[in-house]
Amino acid sequence: MATDSDIFDYLLRLGDSDLVLAQRLGEWVGKGPVLEEDIALANVGLDLLGQARLWLSYAGEVEARFRGRGRSEDELAFLRDGAAFRNVQLVEQPNGDYAATMARQLYFDHAHHLLLQGLARSRDERVAAIASKGVKETQYHVERSSDWVVRLGDGTEESHARMQRAIDDLWPYTGELFAADELDAVLADAAIAPDPASLRDAWQAAIAAALDEATLTLPAIGWMHGAHGRDGKHGVHTEHLGHLLAEMQFLQRAYPGAQW
Amino acid sequence: MSVEWPLWEVFIRSQHGLAHKHVGSLHAPDAEMAIRNARDVYTRRNEGVSIWVVRSADVHATSPGAKEPLFEPANDKVYRHPTFFPMPDEVKHL
Repeated sequence: MATDSDIFDYLLRLGDSDLVLAQRLGEWVGKGPVLEEDIALANVGLDLLGQARLWLSYAGEVEARFRGRGRSEDELAFLRDGAAFRNVQLVEQPNGDYAATMARQLYFDHAHHLLLQGLARSRDERVAAIASKGVKETQYHVERSSDWVVRLGDGTEESHARMQRAIDDLWPYTGELFAADELDAVLADAAIAPDPASLRDAWQAAIAAALDEATLTLPAIGWMHGAHGRDGKHGVHTEHLGHLLAEMQFLQRAYPGAQW
Repeated sequence: MSVEWPLWEVFIRSQHGLAHKHVGSLHAPDAEMAIRNARDVYTRRNEGVSIWVVRSADVHATSPGAKEPLFEPANDKVYRHPTFFPMPDEVKHL
């Protein structure tokens, strides 16, 4: 039986991963390698921000059901500290070069797309509605990041080497995407969310196909960050999240309640 | 970027039934990415239902210098315009 508190915690995971990655992609604005790419990447970021808002707004409504008062999407985004964030560690990793940004995006987009497809069949109607809307966006994200990884992997010697390095460097952060914990089990039992472990094979097949086309090698690295539940989903983050939040939350922290 | 990507002209059809209209240009390495970039640069505010892209190098144009011989002769041929028919008052929306 999934309680409101369980659903709230789960919605934070969904919303926070979208929010943190949107913030990372926003960091590229004005610095993209070409103008067209600058705009395209900002679009993806805005798609994710839009989804984050829906998840966090709903989280606030659910919170009100068991706590009496629920926080607004802005309070959840701007007034929580790092340890209260439930995003996966993958999305808080720095942008690096374009290969690193695209590797992070490839891993996330495929997992995100599979997850939203599962959530679109949720027994919670609101979750199903938000996910169904998002799937149309993530379909495009998947195509875009796969295309870039293929272009860079199967490009010049330099771009191939950088792409492979990024794929290898970020690989150990992908375990968390599919590591199911007790909360995942409760929500899967209640048919509110798919068991993340059940998405792994489809994800790995899609990644392997993209890397193969890109003439890149699927990493053979077995160990993963965040083992034994010490991962982003449980509020354990890498050093990078604090810096990201400092920038993202500055305005609301310095000028509480500021609006424009 | 050491080698500049080629330029593409972008045409967007805003509604079914209307013609594609030139909206601008952009850089892309190939047609596939030109379409993708056009989607991101020119249809962010729900402007279109269809996109065409054409390599700018493949567009052949009239020369600005040939404007007079090409277009000026039409100026004094008023009889080519359907302006000499009296319209009955009952006919609206014409």
